[in-house]
Amino acid sequence: MSSGSIASLMFALWPRAKTLSSPAYPRLRAIALRVAQSIPVVIGVVLISFLLTRALPGDPAAYFAGAAADEASIAEVRTALGLDKPLIQQFFIYVGDLLEGDLGRSLSSGQAVAQDLAKRLPASLELTLTALILSCAIAIPLGILAATRPGSWVDHLCRVVVTAGVSLPTFFTGIVLIYVFYYLLGIAPAPLGRLDFIYLDPDHVTGFYLIDAALMGDWETWSGAAKQLVMPAITLALFTLAPIARMTRASMLTALSSDFIRTARAAGLSNGKVLYGYAFRNALLPVVTTLGMVFSFALGANVLVEKVFAWPGIGSYAVEALVVSDYAAVQGFVLAMALLFVVLNLVIDLLYTAIDPRIGFSSK
Amino acid sequence: MLSVKDLAVSFQTRRGAVDAVRGISFDLEKGEILGIVGESGSGKSVTSYALMRILDAGGRIKAGKATYSGIDLRRAAERDMRDIRGREISMIFQNPRAALNPIRKVGHQIEDVLREHARATRQDARAKAIAALRAVRINDAEARYDAYPFELSGGMCQRIVCAIALACDPRLLIADEPTTGLDITTQKAVMDLVRDLIRERGMSSLLITHDLGLAAQYCDRIMVMKDGLIVEQGDPVQIFSDPQHGYTRKLVDATPRIGESIRSLLPPADRKAELPHQVLDTPLVEVRNLTKTYRGKSGPVQAVKGISFTIKQGQSVGLVGESGCGKSTTSEILVRLMDATSGDILFEGENIAAIPAKGFARNPRRAQIQMVFQDATDSLNPRHTARQTIVEPLRRLGGLRGAKLGARVEELAVLVGLPLPLLDRFPHQLSGGQKARVGVARAVALEPKFLILDEPTAALDVSIQAVVLNLLVDLRAKLGMTYLFVSHDLHVVRLLCDHVIVMKDGEIVEQGHARDVMANPQNEYTKTLLAAAPTPPARRQVA
Repeated sequence: MSSGSIASLMFALWPRAKTLSSPAYPRLRAIALRVAQSIPVVIGVVLISFLLTRALPGDPAAYFAGAAADEASIAEVRTALGLDKPLIQQFFIYVGDLLEGDLGRSLSSGQAVAQDLAKRLPASLELTLTALILSCAIAIPLGILAATRPGSWVDHLCRVVVTAGVSLPTFFTGIVLIYVFYYLLGIAPAPLGRLDFIYLDPDHVTGFYLIDAALMGDWETWSGAAKQLVMPAITLALFTLAPIARMTRASMLTALSSDFIRTARAAGLSNGKVLYGYAFRNALLPVVTTLGMVFSFALGANVLVEKVFAWPGIGSYAVEALVVSDYAAVQGFVLAMALLFVVLNLVIDLLYTAIDPRIGFSSK
Repeated sequence: MLSVKDLAVSFQTRRGAVDAVRGISFDLEKGEILGIVGESGSGKSVTSYALMRILDAGGRIKAGKATYSGIDLRRAAERDMRDIRGREISMIFQNPRAALNPIRKVGHQIEDVLREHARATRQDARAKAIAALRAVRINDAEARYDAYPFELSGGMCQRIVCAIALACDPRLLIADEPTTGLDITTQKAVMDLVRDLIRERGMSSLLITHDLGLAAQYCDRIMVMKDGLIVEQGDPVQIFSDPQHGYTRKLVDATPRIGESIRSLLPPADRKAELPHQVLDTPLVEVRNLTKTYRGKSGPVQAVKGISFTIKQGQSVGLVGESGCGKSTTSEILVRLMDATSGDILFEGENIAAIPAKGFARNPRRAQIQMVFQDATDSLNPRHTARQTIVEPLRRLGGLRGAKLGARVEELAVLVGLPLPLLDRFPHQLSGGQKARVGVARAVALEPKFLILDEPTAALDVSIQAVVLNLLVDLRAKLGMTYLFVSHDLHVVRLLCDHVIVMKDGEIVEQGHARDVMANPQNEYTKTLLAAAPTPPARRQVA
């Protein structure tokens, strides 16, 4: 997310939503409509994040003026930061900057917030997505197996994994993994960020190191980045495994006891066809819903994982900014997350319609 | 062709093994249609699942032998069974909409079967699937190929299920309650189609149904099952005219037919004289130009299009029609659970349509207009005992408390024939008939003047339906209630009602004295409805 203005992008969608309303593009039109519907949400987020950061205790001017500052120098810093103006005026200045794509400047890093976010958001996304792919790859087959053989050892294994996954906090599993694989066995790299210092960062294209390194054809850096990614991704995957596995099992059980499964079996369809072609496709809808929810809370919850593995992600950035009342950074973070969720919800809605023809996309 | 010997099936449950089928033997000849008739829990469906080896988890063939064209169905390998299913023996099911994969195009579902049994290749699958759709006489088969089940009517879905079942030219078709949940005219169309296809292709068939009348009309031979055993089998006419087993006799009695009275549904020992009910000339309910428009996805849908009728005090009026005709909407508006779009409902002269449905629960009229709902199970709170269910209206609307309340509940239980010890049971601990009694007791608790019955027996077995209908007749006489009886079953309406209203597409097409309309219908649609109802053979004339 470079400084290509978020706000102007948002507003650019307004006229598009109107011009596309011709019946020739029902799907495009529906998507535009959904995006337009999220505009009030984004406006609300802007307002609330602004007010909440101001409501927090702590005075950024005093913090940044330093410990030795006197009244006069604090007042000076305050004027420099524009914090002496009335709240309403501050808000309009903030919104005005937003419309120009300026998210402000972080006080703690000294960088433009947009630039910080552009660097850190891909780090968090790379970690979260890898973790989710990993946990889906384990949880979905496990859930299916558990549902097809209720009461068997797979079912019990599924239950144990689910219970362990939810009951072990991420920082704990993270530390245990570091202790075992880095300290005791020495097979994992030091948990210090996205890439060991012996490698150079790949050129910034997507911000995802694995993808950027692959684009450059630099496989040494790629494997270096992959090694760093393995342990935090496993930590987060263990945590997100539980809801996905549980939902897969439950919805598979429901699907398998449906009448149409009996029809399929009575028609002599093979087990694989019945299981994957008929039952699983029908069980997918609740799984996708869960996946969306898991993704959104994983993005928020990986603060702890980022801290443990010194991962330069958006979560640790936000926490650090919040501690020092770094208004611009916190607001930028909240806004970025809100936009991300809007996109996520849109993607999930699109997936729904792809999976289930009964869900009319333009029903709303 | 199919020979079953001493077949026994048991289910492993938490409370130990339950024997669903306890040793049945029968043979099915080539080209024969054999009906298996029984009430819920008789083991008739389980028998068919056992033959196909598609019993639910926990079910197992305990003993016996089933041979199909020399193949031992009990011992055949699963791989061989898969070849048999769909290609040799196939099934059609009840509730056709649920029996189809909801998110797969119907054409693809037919292709799946064709491809599985190597009857089609990727290249010609589409053409063959369309041919299979044509075979079940679906108009515009090419367009239907791309339809999803939810876009089709119930009858159309059942045709698709038939197309799947018949795609690979099986030699035996098992039809498990194929018309349950379908309208009466659709039922006839589907059954006629199935019979014609079976005859054309020289197939054999097992028709499993709870409806003795339906079985008699379409089967060459009937088997009656009860509690996992075959109690009687024979020719349909003979079963009807001279049932040998006591249970068969009870079943035959309970099947409503022309020329019978409501008491004759009961076993002879229970037939008391029918108490007369008084019909006064003063109107109780007058409906005037009632309309209801829903907001649908594709524009407004007019469910009720300006209907008018009068219900006299003490009269029982039957409201008949097929699904979507507006009869349920009408009854919900009358019972004041829904607001009409326009029109008046005069109840003893007062326009109750003017009182919003939202606040009607606090209106003194609430106690006078009550309803018995369609599904006895779903309309009871699963967390309330029978007593709590019946107490509810007495406490809230009747203002009864303490000992008086307890006495009144027991009085009501006696009135509806619910044994007192059952009052403290939860719905899941009661049988279908007992739940229906609880529903009736709740509705009559405040002695309403006007009772709306929305298909109160649709989900019940015929023998229980007989008992509940007779209970309703008794209550009507004892409490002097006026009934609006909503039903799709013309035979039942004829037995219970004085006056009948036939609805179609939100309009009244015919109304009049029940016996006159039934005997001499004027409207084309009424005639179609009457013709579609299965007519069981007349009973042997005994006094």
